[in-house]
Amino acid sequence: MKILVAVKRVIDYNVKIRLRADGSGVDTAGVKMSMNPFDEIAVEQAVRFKDAGLASEIVVVSIGPAKAQDTLRTALAMGADRGLHVETDVDLEPLGVAKILAELARREAPGLVFLGKQAIDDDANQTGQMVAALLGWGQGMFASKLELSDDSIEVECEIDGGLQTLKLPLPCVVSADLRLNEPRYATLPNIMKAKSKPLDTLALHEFDIDVSPRLEILATVEPTPRACGKILASVEDLVEKLKTESKVI
Amino acid sequence: MRTLILAEHDNGTLNDQTLNAVTCASLLGSVDILVAGSDCKAVATDAAGAMGVQTVVWVDEARLAHGLAEDLAALLVSMSQDYDVFLAVSSSFGKTVMPRVAALLDVQQISDICEIVDANTFKRPIYAGNAIQTVRSGEAKKVLTVRASAFAAAPPTGGTATVKALMMVDTPALSTFVSKHLTASGRPDLRSSPVIVSGGRGLGSLANFALLERLADVLGGGVGASRAAVDAGFAPNDYQIGQSGKVVAPDLYIAVGISGAIQHLAGMKDSRIIVAINTDPDAPIFKVADYGLVADLFEVLPKLAEALEQ
Repeated sequence: MKILVAVKRVIDYNVKIRLRADGSGVDTAGVKMSMNPFDEIAVEQAVRFKDAGLASEIVVVSIGPAKAQDTLRTALAMGADRGLHVETDVDLEPLGVAKILAELARREAPGLVFLGKQAIDDDANQTGQMVAALLGWGQGMFASKLELSDDSIEVECEIDGGLQTLKLPLPCVVSADLRLNEPRYATLPNIMKAKSKPLDTLALHEFDIDVSPRLEILATVEPTPRACGKILASVEDLVEKLKTESKVI
Repeated sequence: MRTLILAEHDNGTLNDQTLNAVTCASLLGSVDILVAGSDCKAVATDAAGAMGVQTVVWVDEARLAHGLAEDLAALLVSMSQDYDVFLAVSSSFGKTVMPRVAALLDVQQISDICEIVDANTFKRPIYAGNAIQTVRSGEAKKVLTVRASAFAAAPPTGGTATVKALMMVDTPALSTFVSKHLTASGRPDLRSSPVIVSGGRGLGSLANFALLERLADVLGGGVGASRAAVDAGFAPNDYQIGQSGKVVAPDLYIAVGISGAIQHLAGMKDSRIIVAINTDPDAPIFKVADYGLVADLFEVLPKLAEALEQ
């Protein structure tokens, strides 16, 4: 069975973002970029499935500028077999991304489309669900544990208040949550090996899919900062402040 | 504009946060609520009592018992000609269903809105709340998820909505429910609890989390955790507060042994009063805290619980 894993190149999770002064968005110039951490978990899981003999090929796809190939190479170094880069310099919205991924799923016919539950840049948490809807497939979102068999997958999903397990016939779409696994670091030999793995580039216009933005971004600003607080000397002080100053208790 | 809210419930009671969604939707025009479930008449009756709701659409079928996203999305889409806006709370439930609805309607969803500027313009956090984006949608239909803590709850009683029963649409079963495991705790739901005591890596062990429980008991609050504490096995997954966990905004948030990574701050910095207890005076949590104690939590927690008990 083939697994199609989608990965996004985002500002590294450790970087404190800077906003452009004109309010037009987040400044990405000269900023460290990495694979979206949730997508990394999806790649790791796909590789584990392959290592366990449950998957035959892992195709990893990224949609974005030329540099998205770095992210694909990282996934290849982790153990994916083949890369697909859909090149565009335009920031696509989740619906546009989902339409391209759905089309690639039709072409590649994987048993599983796998991705992170959200990208840590726009925090939209939409793409996986949208891909499933566009393909008419079932979805298992926020996976914290997976049991894959020949024709179905059991997905333990994180829900508010606990866990819920669903069974989905293949093919389906699964999104990875934090605790599904701990992704490996690519070793140097594997990074070298990844350089010779196949990576095809497709131009966005080859898809004949309208991905023009539906939303207009009017402003991107910093949130209102909280007023600076006080360091108190004792527990008695704290109780006093909570009772008389802020009156929360 | 006509809005349809997807109600969140357990077939017995309406989740409180749906009332926050009612307030949000009321700003856009008339509000209907979809209560879809199994043996869920009580929920429909609850929803009809909420102030500001015009009609409760009640769909009661055995296959809807577990609120599977594929079924609910098909149901919502079948009602699409009657509504301009489809809205749900951005809980794990709302997040699974609404993007599916959006894709089927060919609409770009707007996630986790925290403010309505006008009928087409919304504010939403990005980058773990480190930036707020204002977006305008030119689309005829809108699919929205809403950050419940950013809107007050509508009064749960006093409303006089009519309840209209509807049949489930015919749609293929794409997933099957196997089991559900809810974390047992007699505590209030974190997302609506007015007080939250939250612990981080500084707690050091699962056993030490009991110190938080005691303080939470005294305050009648919920217990939360940072990602570090959950990863270390000190607390269950659904305790996690932050960018990838729950977003909360209680009246009082007490962060104990939490350093304050931006991913954690994303989930709690809209709380009304924040108290931080940490031995490291440089911990970033102190930058968002109203009151800080640079002290050993193992000394502070019992004292604090005792002082508050009196």
